[in-house]
Amino acid sequence: MEAYERVKTARLSSRPTALDCIHSIFKGFIEFHGDRRHGDDKAVVGGIAWLGDIPVTVIGIEKGHTTAERMERSFGAPEPEGYRKALRLMKQAEKFSRPVITFVDTSGAYCGVGAEKRGQGQAIAENLLTMSALKVPVLTILIGEGGSGGALALALADRLWMLENAVYSVISPEGCASILWRDGSKAAEAADALHLTAADALSFGIADRIISEEGIGTEDFYARLKDDMSGEIRGLMEDSSLLERRYQRFRSFGRRTT
Amino acid sequence: MLLNFEYKARNELEKEGRSAAPVYGESEVVCPNCHRTLKESQAESMLMTCICGHHFRIGARKRLGYMTDSGSFTELFSDIESDDPLSFPGYRDKLISAKAKSGENESVITGTAEIGGFPAAVFSMDSLFMMGSMGAAAGEKITLLFEYAAENGLPVVGWTVSGGARMQEGLLSLMQMAKTSAAVRRHSDKGLLYITVLTDPTTGGVTASFAMEGDIILAEPGATVGFAGRRVIEETMRQKLPRGFQTSEFIMEHGFADMVISRIVEKETIASILALHCRRSSDGSL
Repeated sequence: MEAYERVKTARLSSRPTALDCIHSIFKGFIEFHGDRRHGDDKAVVGGIAWLGDIPVTVIGIEKGHTTAERMERSFGAPEPEGYRKALRLMKQAEKFSRPVITFVDTSGAYCGVGAEKRGQGQAIAENLLTMSALKVPVLTILIGEGGSGGALALALADRLWMLENAVYSVISPEGCASILWRDGSKAAEAADALHLTAADALSFGIADRIISEEGIGTEDFYARLKDDMSGEIRGLMEDSSLLERRYQRFRSFGRRTT
Repeated sequence: MLLNFEYKARNELEKEGRSAAPVYGESEVVCPNCHRTLKESQAESMLMTCICGHHFRIGARKRLGYMTDSGSFTELFSDIESDDPLSFPGYRDKLISAKAKSGENESVITGTAEIGGFPAAVFSMDSLFMMGSMGAAAGEKITLLFEYAAENGLPVVGWTVSGGARMQEGLLSLMQMAKTSAAVRRHSDKGLLYITVLTDPTTGGVTASFAMEGDIILAEPGATVGFAGRRVIEETMRQKLPRGFQTSEFIMEHGFADMVISRIVEKETIASILALHCRRSSDGSL
């Protein structure tokens, strides 16, 4: 499949959303709200749940399926409050030694006057700073769109898995085409140039695993995913050099010898 | 002392590679804010600020000349340059013209210097190099600088100028936000000081990483500082943004910068802050 076809697939409203994954994979999910600073952003959901017999903190960027849901969720574009809610829940996870699992699906951080006033850049930066040294394992599953800094703010993880048709990019192909060629309709060419597919991310070492979309949304699909996640989380929980390994993982991207 | 700065509506975030800075004549500069013509020597004597308070954009090296003690700057990691990992259309040519235009080989200069006699690791970004965008090389230089500073017990003082992550390097440039943040965190965890000075413009992935991660955040008057580009917001929201939106003054008013500071008193202010953090014994311990 061509890169831009995957972008379009990743954006389909029929794809599983973060809440679909959360309800299908975990047991006893209890959703928590609010950033304790300003408000509660519905584009970000989070809480605690059981992954098999492991208590975990789960956070996701939720797009919704129907138009009404998508409007309510700002189409999965988090405001600073969303990132700060996630930050609060991650710190809580650290306190109670719970691994963190994030589901990422966003075209990017919310773009608007209020978001700028309330420090969108600062909110993302603080998540990066905190996640880089969070003492519990972090596993991120990119289920749809991985839109730039808005996605990375929940994806500075020990492991990044991507669904087969998920994409991860520094800029949308449309935005890239309009900057490069002053022509947003050349998005397909931009999508190729950006190397934004799961296979690309895997080849750069940025993604660690590609999840087959065979039977996507079925019980079998979620059961498989749950087993893989449990195994991975158990392994990470036993890693005594977790933080050093996480540092080196990101340190390696573009490393030079001087 | 803060100079009054009159806002002037601008739209320059998207102008990668085409600086909105004024064209300098042989010996005169025209202020884009008040349209005064200043002798270059006069502007120079005011560290490239205008009588009206406008701060001209300046290059990374010139800035270090203004802000660090004469002759104290030692450049580090200068051999690190961008390559073209994705063979991205037109990128090689862009790099060549950026080098010619800025006289630098990357969008950030890193090294050590003294500021009012206080040693520091310093970085300074350059708008003439692809609008200070951050690719793998810039991210690597910043990261190496923080690692060097952590190892040597030095504070970091950095001047940011950036349009954000450099899209021509794709995901690899996005990862630099994570990489630099992790290095800032390690430096911070050693109890070391990091001061950022936000200069015109500081946006995108740099705002959303190391620019906003300083213990102390200073900002030059009238600088554009934000995450999303002004034009992008206007197009998304279908509304005209107010004057003064996404400026240093705006972000200070909303609680995201410690102070807006004129370039004229910037160096002495930084030195005073460094002095207040200098209560260390000779072996570097607290």
